[in-house]
Amino acid sequence: MDFTFSEDQLLFRDSVRDFLVNEVTPERVRASWEKDDGRDAELWQQLAELGLCGMTVPEDFGGLGMNELDFVLLAQECGYVALPEPLVNTALVAVPVLSRLGGEAASEYLPRIASGELRVAVGCSENGLVEDAAQAGLLLWAEPEAFYVLTAEQFSTRYNPSVDPSRRLYAVELGSDAKPVATGDQAQALYQAVLDRGALGAAAQALGLAQRMIDISVQYSSERQQFGKPIGSFQAVKHHMANVAVRLEYAKAPVHRAAYALAEDAAGASEAVSHAKLVACEAANLAAKNSIQVHGAMGYTWEVDLHIFMKKAWALAGSFGDTGFHKQRIAEHIFADGAALGAGTTFA
Amino acid sequence: MKLNFTEQQNAFREEIRTWLAENVPAEPLKTFDTEEGFQQHREWEATLNKGRWGMVTWPEDLGGRACDLIEWLIFEEEYYRAGAPLRVNQNGIFLLGPTLMEYGTQEQKERFLPRMATGEDVWAQGWSEPNAGSDMAAIRSTAKREGDKYIINGQKTWSTRAVWADWLFGMFRTDPESERHRGLTFILVPLDTPGITVRPIPQLDGLPGFAEIFFDNVEVDVSNRLGDEGAGWSVAMATAGFERGLMLRSPARFQETARRLVELYRANQASADRDPGVRDAVIRAWMDAESYCLSTYQTACRLSQGGKIGAESSTNKIFWSELDQNMHGTAMSLLGARAELLPHAPDAQGVGTWLDGWMFAQSGPIYAGTNEIQRNIIAERMLGMPR
Ligand SMILES: Cc1cc2nc3c(=O)[nH]c(=O)nc-3n(C[C@H](O)[C@H](O)[C@H](O)COP(=O)(O)OP(=O)(O)OC[C@H]3O[C@@H](n4cnc5c(N)ncnc54)[C@H](O)[C@@H]3O)c2cc1C
Repeated sequence: MDFTFSEDQLLFRDSVRDFLVNEVTPERVRASWEKDDGRDAELWQQLAELGLCGMTVPEDFGGLGMNELDFVLLAQECGYVALPEPLVNTALVAVPVLSRLGGEAASEYLPRIASGELRVAVGCSENGLVEDAAQAGLLLWAEPEAFYVLTAEQFSTRYNPSVDPSRRLYAVELGSDAKPVATGDQAQALYQAVLDRGALGAAAQALGLAQRMIDISVQYSSERQQFGKPIGSFQAVKHHMANVAVRLEYAKAPVHRAAYALAEDAAGASEAVSHAKLVACEAANLAAKNSIQVHGAMGYTWEVDLHIFMKKAWALAGSFGDTGFHKQRIAEHIFADGAALGAGTTFA
Repeated sequence: MKLNFTEQQNAFREEIRTWLAENVPAEPLKTFDTEEGFQQHREWEATLNKGRWGMVTWPEDLGGRACDLIEWLIFEEEYYRAGAPLRVNQNGIFLLGPTLMEYGTQEQKERFLPRMATGEDVWAQGWSEPNAGSDMAAIRSTAKREGDKYIINGQKTWSTRAVWADWLFGMFRTDPESERHRGLTFILVPLDTPGITVRPIPQLDGLPGFAEIFFDNVEVDVSNRLGDEGAGWSVAMATAGFERGLMLRSPARFQETARRLVELYRANQASADRDPGVRDAVIRAWMDAESYCLSTYQTACRLSQGGKIGAESSTNKIFWSELDQNMHGTAMSLLGARAELLPHAPDAQGVGTWLDGWMFAQSGPIYAGTNEIQRNIIAERMLGMPR
């Protein structure tokens, strides 16, 4: 039993965090909102050069050969800066799914994804809309019965603006020549793989977002004065933040366990993911709610940075399976006949 | 990261499981808030100790097994799974024991730990006073040094299980000129010393689960002092750390409650689903109990690799106490009109344990430092908000 990250994993996290915090400032996020495609080609190239686009690509295909567990801490950091670029969907969802599919698609596309040359989008019918579909040269589209790998000519898109201006969402229509590359059980497994990894990515980002909103609110409430004192000295304000800290603290281990379970292909991985997604997004939503309250009217403005993080938290809560979807999966697990519950069953 | 148990850990689990299967009393013991039940629980502690299962984390020469935190969690899982009796001496073994190991002299360790382990000495905690609750630094009971004795005067209150306990560990003001955190001393007091009056206080269930204690010129030998004179606050903070930290409430307890809640829901699903909030609350209960377990394992692993536990331990106390309240509250909703029945009501059909649990759950956010105080600590020391 070792529920800790390795020295290497933590060091890598630290260096990526430094990079992101320095490079992906709120100003840079806002700048990308102003662009038509919402994307920052220079930043994407920087991420590729750091090895992040190819982090989970097998070494044979020019990547670093790492897994979901190696990436989960980085996904938290992506949340912390509200990274607009689709790194999490690429490295944590599209690449592992494409690797599972294997064959020609994997050998043709994975090296190009690793180098940053090819942008890939990934979606599933549970979500409906697909992030970055119009910006991507390749689309992975998962339905329970059919899995597609499509190049840009094989699908058309319709832009749907999101509350989070960083998210570029598209309705996708498959062209008449789109043929599934997998059907039946294989498609079902890939569909599951997309949903689980997408939900894990959302959960991990939610942890980072919640932490960022706490940090912003703590700083603001230490500076803003009313009644001759910093508002952060008032207990009602303190307790708003303490409540977020409690929910966040207890959402971390479920997310890390879910990442481990996916990396290990462990039984029960899907329930672990649903659990992680629900508690992490709940923590982030509470962070959003309490943070805006702590900011007063300032929090209700476009100008203050809080909303960059708040809106991403709102958006992620419903993506890759909404609360109903994930609660249903938990319910199927715990209300099943003969379910192993109670003390001593968590790691069994 | 490796989330499975070693062969050795599995063997340890097997060993405790087998022992418990053979030794846990078939008939549940009476509650330790009655004299008879207290005695039964004291005997159970002796039985546990004979099997060297009393304090598995203690060193072997003190009758323990020198278990690390993971083995301790495994022990707790099996213990709750088996429905073994609650620990009448938990103030001793989980709070004072670790404090003694850190601050006690060799002589004190030898004198107190073995008798604590056998249940011969059951310990009560004497910190709160009528005017020193959340504000523990307002303690006024005094211990005046006279030669090699302390003369204690004053009053303690809310002292759990003090009605039948043998010893009290308390905080007293040794420096009458001192204020707040300074001048307090941690002293161990035999409850049968002349001058002590213990007055039982009936709790919510009517049973005398705690007591107030009056001290009238009570003489205690200086060798009963734990730590330096005037250093009581820092010794007590170490104890409070154990209380709020990992030891007091292991996840197993809440996971078993969550399991029973799922069972209760399934047995009453048709009526329960008329209130859609109930199903959601059951799902949440399971998730939160699971989160608590996962986080505890994560913390335990971090600590065993040399990490330290800081102000974030205050999140722990809030999390489990609110979880416990939510779970029992959900059970009360589920039970509907039967929820109010006392355990011995002829038609209660075994649901009374939920009512007992519900009542006890009301105290979780109060004892061991109220949840408001924990939130203050989190905001100021973990998040760094201004005082
Ligand atoms: C079941 C049970 C067992 C106990 N066992 C023991 C024991 O064995 N030994 C022992 O010494 N004590 C014991 N206690 C006492 C316990 O430690 C105190 O009840 C607790 O510290 C709170 O003190 P109080 O009851 O005086 O409440 P108060 O301090 O009067 O608080 C009342 C309310 O005011 C709030 N409040 C007070 N100060 C603040 C503040 N600064 N900021 C925000 N809110 C505040 C509290 O959070 C609470 O909600 C026990 C209590 C219970 C319920």
